[in-house]
Amino acid sequence: MLITKLKNKEELLASFEKKPFIIKCFGCKEVYFPEDKIEELLKENESKITGVARLDYLCREEFSKLYLAKYGQQIKNSGVVIVFSCGVGVQVIAKLCPEKEVLAGCDTYYLDGFQGLSVQDLNCEQCGECYLNYTGGICPITACSKGLLNGQCGGAKNGKCEVNVEMDCGWELIYKKLKGLKLENVTKQSKVLIRNYKRILDELGYNKDHIKEE
Amino acid sequence: MDFAKKIQSGQFVITSEIGPPKGVEIEGALKEAETLKGKVDAFNVTDLQSSVMKLGSLATCRLLVERGLEPIFQITCRDRNRLALQSDLLSAYVLGIRNVLVLTGDHPVLGDHPQAKPVFDLDSISLLKAATGLMEGKDMVGNDLVGKPEFLLGAVVNPSADPLEPQIIKMEKKIQAGAKFFQTQAIYDVKSFENFMNIVKKFNVPILGGIVLLKSAGMAKFMNEKVAGINVPDKYIAMMAEASKEDRPKVSVQIAAELIKGMKGLCQGIHIMPLGWEKHVPSVLQESGF
Ligand code: SF4
Ligand code: SF4
Repeated sequence: MLITKLKNKEELLASFEKKPFIIKCFGCKEVYFPEDKIEELLKENESKITGVARLDYLCREEFSKLYLAKYGQQIKNSGVVIVFSCGVGVQVIAKLCPEKEVLAGCDTYYLDGFQGLSVQDLNCEQCGECYLNYTGGICPITACSKGLLNGQCGGAKNGKCEVNVEMDCGWELIYKKLKGLKLENVTKQSKVLIRNYKRILDELGYNKDHIKEE
Repeated sequence: MDFAKKIQSGQFVITSEIGPPKGVEIEGALKEAETLKGKVDAFNVTDLQSSVMKLGSLATCRLLVERGLEPIFQITCRDRNRLALQSDLLSAYVLGIRNVLVLTGDHPVLGDHPQAKPVFDLDSISLLKAATGLMEGKDMVGNDLVGKPEFLLGAVVNPSADPLEPQIIKMEKKIQAGAKFFQTQAIYDVKSFENFMNIVKKFNVPILGGIVLLKSAGMAKFMNEKVAGINVPDKYIAMMAEASKEDRPKVSVQIAAELIKGMKGLCQGIHIMPLGWEKHVPSVLQESGF
């Protein structure tokens, strides 16, 4: 069961100003995926878009890689890539397009039963307020052992997390990614981020059959 | 003059550190601190340092206040959510504690209760912001407080981190969130500290250079391997290795004094972390010319 919702309009419209290439995932859209709203939004902004790709199961990295190859030139010519999928899908695309700023178009609320469907090492904790747009498409909640939102702690050594020398420090990956994209100011300028644990409850925790419309 | 006034008037300050015991026998640590009265401006009290369960920082800070010593209350985000953190800050204020050092905290797996739930509901930056809000009479959701606490808020920075830039970015955010002074991770290389100071000068915020007393060559090697941003140079490791067991404190003090002398012209204070060697702090200060 997957539940995603469109990010707030203001943030989305700002992303559309950056000449985006659009990727939509229709893999597990059955339960709640804001398909109509996405189409509406794309239509309104048609002139700003460099291209659209539609895939099933973005999270299958190998498949996505092959499929996106034919859009290589279009992606190259675009300013950013906006992905409409769950948080895992966005992270897969961010990994496959290391040279592009990859932005999430949706917030992921609920993925239960879907983790482990495809083999890969990216994860989404369904925080309901996707932070990938601040972090170069690397999830600070699942890639950092402390789920820190405002930057690296003092514990990383040689790029590894204080928790385990085998584990990459998620925030060092984020820093390097942003630096490569010349976007390191994004973390500096973003407001202080504080996770809202009530968001999930508000939207669907009390009654999963009833999803509030924005 | 109290610590806040002294540091804010631009004077040189010296802080040291107390690690509360695992248990309730605190008298010894307090006595040791008392011997430093007049020499040390304030004492950091660690908050379950390295995620090891110990007597609390809040209670120990209060005991220092009762003895006329000024504490710096270390508070980490490891064990408490935003309700408890804000509440403990209010408690600290009514207990007479005026200096707070805000840290994210180590992960519990590094300590003696690795099974514990890591909280990290907030981090150093969001907690600084919350503390600043309390000082303005509001809690994190904007409710009014009756009476406002007043704190001097501090934070930490690691000048030898590699890469350094994420640390600087975070430092700037900490300042925006309300940090008024910084204490650094242990410094063993004056040259790289100078380089760091040149970068952060523009922030115009007091920085206290950190000193950790080396106890043995083994400890130095361990820190080089495991602790973020610590690189003890080979010459100090060799000095410690060559010293006989009885001579080690003397050599360690000599190394610390050399570093302090190198650093004191570069920053606005020194923070000495004796890690159990509190009794050697007076000789460190003396050898460094204080
Ligand atoms: S920030 Fe991470 S946990 Fe939150 S929705 Fe995005 S991918 Fe999922
Ligand atoms: S070392 Fe890196 S990944 Fe680990 S807790 Fe700190 S910031 Fe997060």
